Amino acid sequence: MQAFTILTGTVAPLNRGNVDTDQIIPKQYLKTIHRTGLKEGLFADWRRRADGAQDPEFFINQPCYQQATILLTRENFGCGSSREHAPWALLDYGIRCIVAPSFADIFYNNCFQNGILPVELPGEVIQTLFDRVAHTDQYQVTVDLAQQVVTLPEGEKYSFTLDSFRKDCLLKGLDGIGLTLQHESAITAYEKRRAHEAPWLFQDFSSSVHS
Amino acid sequence: MASKTLFEKIWDQHVVREEPDGTTLLYIDRHLVHEVTSPQAFEGLRLAGRRPRRPTAALAVPDHNVPTTDRSQGIADPMSALQISTLEGNCAEFGITYYGMEDIRQGIVHVIGPEQGLTLPGMTIVCGDSHTSTHGAFGALAFGIGTSEVEHVLATQCLVQKRPKTMEIRVEGTLPDYCSSKDVILAIIGQIGIGGGTGYVVEYTGSVIRSFSMEGRMTLCNMSIEAGARAGLVSPDELTVAYVKNRPLSPKEEVFQQAKSDWLALKTDPGARFDKVIELRGKDISPQVTWGTNPGMVTDVNGHVPDPASIPDEKLRMATERALAYMGLPGGIPICDIRVDRVFIGSCTNSRIEDLRVAARYVKGKHVAQSVKAMVVPGSGLVKRQAEGEGLDRIFREAGFEWREPGCSMCLAMNADVLTPGERCASTSNRNFEGRQGKGGRTHLVSPAMAAAAAVEGHFVDIRDWKMGDQ
Ligand code: SF4
Repeated sequence: MQAFTILTGTVAPLNRGNVDTDQIIPKQYLKTIHRTGLKEGLFADWRRRADGAQDPEFFINQPCYQQATILLTRENFGCGSSREHAPWALLDYGIRCIVAPSFADIFYNNCFQNGILPVELPGEVIQTLFDRVAHTDQYQVTVDLAQQVVTLPEGEKYSFTLDSFRKDCLLKGLDGIGLTLQHESAITAYEKRRAHEAPWLFQDFSSSVHS
Repeated sequence: MASKTLFEKIWDQHVVREEPDGTTLLYIDRHLVHEVTSPQAFEGLRLAGRRPRRPTAALAVPDHNVPTTDRSQGIADPMSALQISTLEGNCAEFGITYYGMEDIRQGIVHVIGPEQGLTLPGMTIVCGDSHTSTHGAFGALAFGIGTSEVEHVLATQCLVQKRPKTMEIRVEGTLPDYCSSKDVILAIIGQIGIGGGTGYVVEYTGSVIRSFSMEGRMTLCNMSIEAGARAGLVSPDELTVAYVKNRPLSPKEEVFQQAKSDWLALKTDPGARFDKVIELRGKDISPQVTWGTNPGMVTDVNGHVPDPASIPDEKLRMATERALAYMGLPGGIPICDIRVDRVFIGSCTNSRIEDLRVAARYVKGKHVAQSVKAMVVPGSGLVKRQAEGEGLDRIFREAGFEWREPGCSMCLAMNADVLTPGERCASTSNRNFEGRQGKGGRTHLVSPAMAAAAAVEGHFVDIRDWKMGDQ
């Protein structure tokens, strides 16, 4: 996983609340067995209007957001399905940070697994950012993970909170599985104890499945 | 000993280690796997040279991509076919039990876990699928995870988690006739909103919940995620134990007896505190119909689609306008005036035997309206066989429904079962997001009874004053 330290980048606006993962990446793109190459599917159904013509308003269709690395959006971003294809598609497009008032749980988790930083900021700050982005071409902000601060070009600074373990993993780009495997002896001890307390949890059903 | 909630009891039993900041290594008892969210996880294992820690704790099944028509022809879409053969190959390589498309036990992953007796009270259960919350109906802590975490569980049988907050949703009294657990969960989501449960594990309590069958409890817990909660729980009781008993893979004899006494102790202690409590009265709940593009956009069947002009809050008004434009509905019209083109009875929310029995009661001796195409997709091969044994397939066929092979089907339309742009569907599934059942398709979420009645009439009807089939 790519580490995240400090990012200065253009902010792309997606002014909708409750954006679900079915919109971030529609199901026709879930048939892949790879995790790369998913940017084609990013917001595929929202790029075009009902008549099939490109929607020039949508951020992906605007030249000034081609290099955007930060997505600005509204509450409960990423609700719905657990598909990790959603952060994969955002990452493939170049997004490394998402700023919103709130996120859905599974999506929030999935971001950290892929080197994307989800930043929660209060609704008023989000509104300020939307206003500024609307009036500035290539509006750029700086996100500093170590300091947990977003700095606007006008100089305002907004701090954000996040879990310390996740922060550490993201700062260092750590492999979560490797970390857990360092505790292998604790896992083995746990399994021994539970197999005694609750033997039905450790019955090997795979030998009895052939009906 | 301090009083604990059901959630706390299960959580505490699964802590492998806990850091001072509360970061917990949580042990996972059961892992369900399907074709869409697993290929990259197995690939990750291969790249890192890792093997699954306990392959026998996992079960895999293809469900999202499978055709629901004649399967002897294989799968027409090469991408879908590849995804399924990849799952089969990965299971063979890593020693994971796999129920293939030709196996009678194949079905939607959240239907077959309980059906096979793999889902047991007190377990931690995960799957790369948000509707894993379904298994909470048994008093198991069950939640959806992403593909990286699928890989994590395969490699370590653990997940790194922070303890979520707890919410009690209590529904007391009795439910009016013609209402089901689907209406209860839709009413709950309507009340707390689609983000209302974010960060919480919900325990459903109260006499209405207790009165539900296991199928009803599964429907309820299934849609916990639609309120933003990763998991829903119902504490196990004698009904739970009876359901689990004698399932093909559930414990037998003395082990079962030992397990049973453990399971029946899985209850929230008197005096235990939840972080939040929500109460609903059973008698206030009516059959529900969603009118918009998320499950929180829902109202009573005898209600109206909201009129944006009467919504003062600008953000809410704009969201409503947008949803109604997508749904092709004028603001303010009665729900019962909405005509449907398609009816879908299926999905991990409502495709179990009880759901099919209820729907069949409504259509028996009647016929699907001329303008409507309707289908029933049983949740598993075993549900299908049982329904056929009870003659339900005949009732549906005679009424003009298509009777299909098991799978996710038009719940997410990854296979050939898709709405065309503009088509309107009464669906027993769980998500009415834009394009969920096909690009431009319009989904209204309802109970099996409401879907069946809509199929016959060609529009939504208040089933409380509607004459069921064969009376
Ligand atoms: S039936 Fe629908 S919600 Fe359930 S697992 Fe399949 S696609 Fe997901």
